[in-house]
Amino acid sequence: MPIIICSALHYYTFFFLFVSAALMSIDSNLEEAGDLMGASRGRILRKITFPLVIPAILSGVIMTFSKVMGTFGGPNILGLPVRYYVVATMIRGSMAAQEKGDAFVLAIVLILFAITTISLNQRLVGTRRSYETIGGRGFVARLNKLGKMKRVLFIAVIIFQILVIAVPIGLLLYNTLMLIDGNYSLNNLTLQHWIGPRNTVYNHGEPGVLRNPIIYSAAWNSIKLALWTAFCTALLGIVLGYAIVKGRGTRLSKLVEQLAFIPYIIPGIAFGAVYIAMFARKLGPIPPLYGTFALLVIVSVTKHIPFSSRSGVSAMMQVGRELEEAGIVAGANVWQRFRRIIFPLTSSGFMSGFLMTFITTMRELSLIILLVTPTTQLLASQTMQYTENGDGQEANAVILILIAIVVLGNFIIGRFSRGSSLQKGLGM
Amino acid sequence: MSTTITINNLTKRFGKVVALDNVNLSIEPGTFVTLLGPSGCGKTTLLRCVAGLEDPDGGEIYIGDQLVFSYDKGITLPSGKRDLGLVFQNYALWPHMKVDKNITFALEIQKLGKEEMGKRVKESLAEVKMEGYEDRYPREMSGGQQQRIALARMLAYRPKVFLMDEPLSNLDARLRMDMRAELKRLHHISGATTIYVTHDQVEALTMSTKIAVMKEGVLQQLDTPDIVYHYPANLFVADFIGNPKVNLLDGVVNGKNVVNIGPFKLAIDNINATGKVVVSIRPEDITISTQPVPGAVEFSAYSVLPSGADSTIIARLGEVELTIREMGISKIKMDQKIWLTFDPQTLNLYDKESGNLIAS
Ligand SMILES: Nc1ncnc2c1ncn2[C@@H]1O[C@H](COP(=O)(O)OP(=O)(O)O)[C@@H](O)[C@H]1O
Ligand SMILES: [Mg+2]
Repeated sequence: MPIIICSALHYYTFFFLFVSAALMSIDSNLEEAGDLMGASRGRILRKITFPLVIPAILSGVIMTFSKVMGTFGGPNILGLPVRYYVVATMIRGSMAAQEKGDAFVLAIVLILFAITTISLNQRLVGTRRSYETIGGRGFVARLNKLGKMKRVLFIAVIIFQILVIAVPIGLLLYNTLMLIDGNYSLNNLTLQHWIGPRNTVYNHGEPGVLRNPIIYSAAWNSIKLALWTAFCTALLGIVLGYAIVKGRGTRLSKLVEQLAFIPYIIPGIAFGAVYIAMFARKLGPIPPLYGTFALLVIVSVTKHIPFSSRSGVSAMMQVGRELEEAGIVAGANVWQRFRRIIFPLTSSGFMSGFLMTFITTMRELSLIILLVTPTTQLLASQTMQYTENGDGQEANAVILILIAIVVLGNFIIGRFSRGSSLQKGLGM
Repeated sequence: MSTTITINNLTKRFGKVVALDNVNLSIEPGTFVTLLGPSGCGKTTLLRCVAGLEDPDGGEIYIGDQLVFSYDKGITLPSGKRDLGLVFQNYALWPHMKVDKNITFALEIQKLGKEEMGKRVKESLAEVKMEGYEDRYPREMSGGQQQRIALARMLAYRPKVFLMDEPLSNLDARLRMDMRAELKRLHHISGATTIYVTHDQVEALTMSTKIAVMKEGVLQQLDTPDIVYHYPANLFVADFIGNPKVNLLDGVVNGKNVVNIGPFKLAIDNINATGKVVVSIRPEDITISTQPVPGAVEFSAYSVLPSGADSTIIARLGEVELTIREMGISKIKMDQKIWLTFDPQTLNLYDKESGNLIAS
């Protein structure tokens, strides 16, 4: 049960972005047309707005389902102690027990499962019901007045946000300050787990997280990985978006677009298993990459291609084709056009792709859990290490560090690029 | 400086749609040729083929003596090497560059010196009367101003050929009139061979040395505005050109120099016409009288529509309805009896079957 709640809370943001993007792309004119015909607000909502976002809602449900199937972190932390297994945690179990065959089979099961849900999505939502809501010309997004409902709704949302964000973080923080887990008395409060020296009684003899060199190297690894991945992914996204949009309508472009989507349907942990299978040995000219930092970057970039290509496509769609053609007529070659026209005009798309990838890479666990080695330990995998050793407070402390880095990163990048948002990053 | 453009058997398909069907067009140096036709007839496609932005599925294009495209020989000269400038319908100014950068972009690619570039920016801005706007971003200017900058951008690198795709269609009526005059002036000064796309027949008539009328990818007529207006090659052209619209009457040639139009007979001076024909009469070629005149046909005024400088009168006789243009504000009342006189010399006769003009 906690696993379910936890997953729901985690993915509701994802779902929210999905649907809100769809809502935002509805031309207010469509609703106003209903307004003019004297339809009531409820009727408009039911007859016009809803049908238009139904594809998005359905997609959201199915995609969330597929994502949760491959989720590793939550079920691992919450399920392991009570021997509640999901496929993803079983893969890791088999891998750890050196039963690679079992792990691969499970991975394939996950992949097949994901493929089924995706095709279900396409079947249900289909092309017939996916409306092109952006007309290009005279597009008006109007803020609908919620009337007196507004206040109530607003407060409800705030309470919900507090419940799902502030409370868990508060609890987490409190937990890290307890010397012994579960003892709520005041004299149990300590900073031992944060800055405590080496002490054989607690934490298997490791120092507090802020004194532990392993944590610093893990944090550095995490940041390095997130930055590298974000940069490569965002760049690749723009290039892919360019290729896809330029070739719009051709079969090749469609193929590229669909291929770019494949990593999305493969659950992270299965993805990791595939990469182990591929790169454990020397592969042609490629040296064995298992255990290297490069492999982590490669796998993270690949995993994010679906998002980055989508955000690349949407950024590129906003650049009118004449803008590039004006460059062609002026005699500029592909490189000059890309550098001086396309890239400057899509840089906000680049930044939001960067941000999006940075954040998800920082907290990604399912994907890299099978691939990290002691030298490439990351913050996310470190939390798991702690959890598995029963050092809950340290794990939570690391999670807080992780959250702090993500929030800080978000803030810094936000300062640099006004106007780029996560929604843009999702490419919707 | 200016050059010819020759288009031979040019064909372009988009899937099943034939956007250009065997188009032949030859344009003399320094002329202003307008591609005219309803929306979707292939004007933009033809222009883009000349510009090198579209790969045709057949035919060849010469600019001057240079073969820039040949399907059979597999030749496609890149757009940037064709020495032409293109003004887009929506201007296509680069939004992240200031006016001067927009203008110097092409010059930088041609590796012009700094001084020369500065000189060109000044000159071209002066030519479009936009001095002092170097530091504006496109979004900081009105539509008309952006249009002028788009022109300046083209003028600055002095191409041999100007291509313009409905450059005035996004401007309001007033501004459009002004810009027509400016454009005509610019062409007069530069003398560059110009291909100009529009769906506005008035624009075509006012601006062009020659008009190329198109329909569904097929070139219908290429002539001076005078000829296109007074001797449209077929019924489509006759119907498309002129405002108010030309009168088209079904009739049968009856004996010598007379056409039977049902309720009345019309004298013609075309000895080649026989059988079923369509007679075209321009609204301004009909003379109205409020008194009976010898040889005139009696109609009744169905509706009278004055519009300042002239008035449009709709007249009826049985099934036949005619549009007549009269100078000034008309004094004719609705349902008043009027007598119409037709000048045989101003009538055109078309073959009912083929729709083609029957030469007299
Ligand atoms: N990129 C394209 N893809 C598919 N069809 C096109 C494309 N461009 C033009 N067409 C089709 O070719 C025909 C001619 O279009 P166009 O040259 O733009 O007409 P015009 O400029 O005269 O309005 C139209 O039927 C149009 O739908
Ligand atoms: Mg057009």
